[in-house]
Amino acid sequence: MELDPVFLSRLQFAFVISFHIIFPSFTIGLAAWLATIEGVRLTTGKEIYRRVFDFWLRIFALSFAMGVVTGIVMAFQFGTNWSGLSERTGSIQGPLLGYETFTAFMLEATFFGVMLLGRDRVPPWFYFFSCCMVSLGTMFSSFWILCNNSWMQVPLGHAIVNGKIVPDDWWAITTGPIVRVRWPHMLLAAFLTTGMSVIATGAWHMLRGHHLPEARVMLHWGLGVVAVLIPVQMVFGHFNGEYVLNHQPAKFAAIEARWHTQQPATEVFLAIPDPWAKRNLFPILEVPKLGSFIASGDWTAKEIGLEAFPERDQPPVIIPFFAFRGMVGMGLIMIAISWIGLLLVWRGRLESARWFLWVAFLSFPTGFVAVLCGWFTAEVGRQPWVVYGILRTEDAITPSLSGGEALFSLLAYVAVYAVIYSLGLNYIYRLLRAGPASEPESVSQLQPGRPLAVALRGRPR
Amino acid sequence: MIEAEPSSLALFWASVIAVAIMIYVILDGFDLGIGVLFGVAENTERRDAMVGTIAPFWDGNETWLIVIAASLFGAFPTAYAVFLPAFYIPVLLLLFGLIFRGVAFEFRYRGSRKFWDRAFFVGSTVAAFVQGTAVGAMIRGIPVAEGQYDGGPFIWLAPLPVLCGIGLVLGYALLGASWVVMKSEGELREWARERIPWLAIAVLAVLVLAFVAALVFRRAIGTDLADRPWGLVFPGLGLLAMAGVFLGVRGRHDSMPFLMTVVFFIAAFLTLAVLFWPYMIPYAITVGNAAAPERTLSFLFWGAGLFVLPVIVIYTAVVYWVFRGKLHRS
Repeated sequence: MELDPVFLSRLQFAFVISFHIIFPSFTIGLAAWLATIEGVRLTTGKEIYRRVFDFWLRIFALSFAMGVVTGIVMAFQFGTNWSGLSERTGSIQGPLLGYETFTAFMLEATFFGVMLLGRDRVPPWFYFFSCCMVSLGTMFSSFWILCNNSWMQVPLGHAIVNGKIVPDDWWAITTGPIVRVRWPHMLLAAFLTTGMSVIATGAWHMLRGHHLPEARVMLHWGLGVVAVLIPVQMVFGHFNGEYVLNHQPAKFAAIEARWHTQQPATEVFLAIPDPWAKRNLFPILEVPKLGSFIASGDWTAKEIGLEAFPERDQPPVIIPFFAFRGMVGMGLIMIAISWIGLLLVWRGRLESARWFLWVAFLSFPTGFVAVLCGWFTAEVGRQPWVVYGILRTEDAITPSLSGGEALFSLLAYVAVYAVIYSLGLNYIYRLLRAGPASEPESVSQLQPGRPLAVALRGRPR
Repeated sequence: MIEAEPSSLALFWASVIAVAIMIYVILDGFDLGIGVLFGVAENTERRDAMVGTIAPFWDGNETWLIVIAASLFGAFPTAYAVFLPAFYIPVLLLLFGLIFRGVAFEFRYRGSRKFWDRAFFVGSTVAAFVQGTAVGAMIRGIPVAEGQYDGGPFIWLAPLPVLCGIGLVLGYALLGASWVVMKSEGELREWARERIPWLAIAVLAVLVLAFVAALVFRRAIGTDLADRPWGLVFPGLGLLAMAGVFLGVRGRHDSMPFLMTVVFFIAAFLTLAVLFWPYMIPYAITVGNAAAPERTLSFLFWGAGLFVLPVIVIYTAVVYWVFRGKLHRS
């Protein structure tokens, strides 16, 4: 069998980036959550917030470390497997990704250290300030990634000189209309991911009857935050849909599994797209005309199907179709849980509704699944382009790379990540299970060192 | 290819990368070297004490590797796009080596100490070895066609690169041993001091072999030290520094062997710089040709160059200042 280095490299990139993105999306939300409760503690002076803070700080430290380790791998992927891309677009993507790296390390070198070790060594206001700076820093870090990826989705502000794609207008690249809707979408996704994790952790401890006051704080705050943010996220999701429709119509058609141009267009809620016969099998719910309304806000509008594009420009359908529905489905679960949960809080029946606590506990992966599904939709839907309309994925590969090398590295990454992940997740699980300390214990009493050391030495009881 | 004159911003970023490589090699060199020495440190207390001398520094040291990668991708994408494919497997091994020794660092206090100490030794040695092979392969010259790497997956396993790999493993071990002498007292210091002369002799022997191999195996006709006779100052400085290492051991100075080993590494680095200049990828892509357009270089300069790099330098300096002096007392 002929090994295809392009396919294997895509698989490898999908693998390492998927196992990376889980941590940044969690830590962006955690940093904001920590800054929030530290602010609440400062204003109310209640010790309980300190215990909740210290609990999540350890999870944060370990997740940050896992994000850094898996992120370092990413810094080399563009060169090792996609040198066609990095040679041609490096003068745009290099600085954007470089700034992301620099931002992350600036953080680690400065305010993050204060946050982990400086509780007793700096004034409370400065400690709070450091928490806010770390939160801002993680958001800023994600900004660069979204700049870079938005440029790959809808390239603008560039010029093509001697076959190389070079920057022409940095302002357009960094503040273009696409990044303005995609960055908030990602930030909100990160907040929701963490929000659902906080809810689930609170529900878990409440079900086990441990750490009830802390569990209550987590549940109330988590439910409130998710209930408020999820409608905002839906609005930004809509904006994202608009940019896809206007700039990447083929991706839009793939997400909708719309094989043929229709007027008015039918909305297919669920089916099994058959890419060979170019039709949808077993459609469960099809609503005539709704497709036109969703896309164009007009019940009779004409919506183009995949047939309008040459075969070689068509994206795959199955992954964007299902991933998009997975993302939206997770959003619906989040709405249901947060709104029902708030209703139960309001009625004073949250803690006796064990069925709800079980559902909330089991919903902890919803945010992570939504983030992964969203990225699968965006990235697979962009195919066959790596930089939309300019550079095809097959032309972005490292020319010297053989299928054997690509297979070797893919298997090696899978093996190494299996070890790292099982160690890291096992530790995070034990920290989560141990719950908040009953006595406020300063992380700074732990051994000095950098993030990983602090997180690992804070041994769970 | 027409040789483009590097702009001042391109020279700035080339210097940043050169200095970052130098700092990385010295700083991560001594802590990787201590990992290498784990292979000959027989007992657990000795290993614990050795680890104690690098605990506050080691992962900060690796930051410099990331500075190199990020600056190279940002400022010299063409070089980045050739270098990483040329060293596809070594880069993979380097990453895994660094990951495993990082994890081992934390997990040797829990779980199986024997297993994680071995992981620390293997991870460090592999990381050091592949770095050395990359240097050797660069001395031979990297095959490039149309701006992309044009060779096989194993240029790093030719005789000269393998010799350089062994040389760097030994060189890092020398840095590590002399670091231990500087940062410890008592039995550990004596143990490390005894190893320095042997390591120094081994490094010199491998270098002589590598020099001969370089004369035999150099692939392309690039620049030669013979064209730049003043460049011979640096190998000379290296030899003097080696003499200083021996003197430091004989005179029982605690910090002289380390400082002299550092001078030796700087001299070796400058020798290579003279050998390679003006090439960034020897002997195919020059600094001027690899540089990104001015718009990119200045975009990087105003944020990363003026702001981020100084912070990283200050942070590094503060950590070393805070943890100055002996870290292991008997």
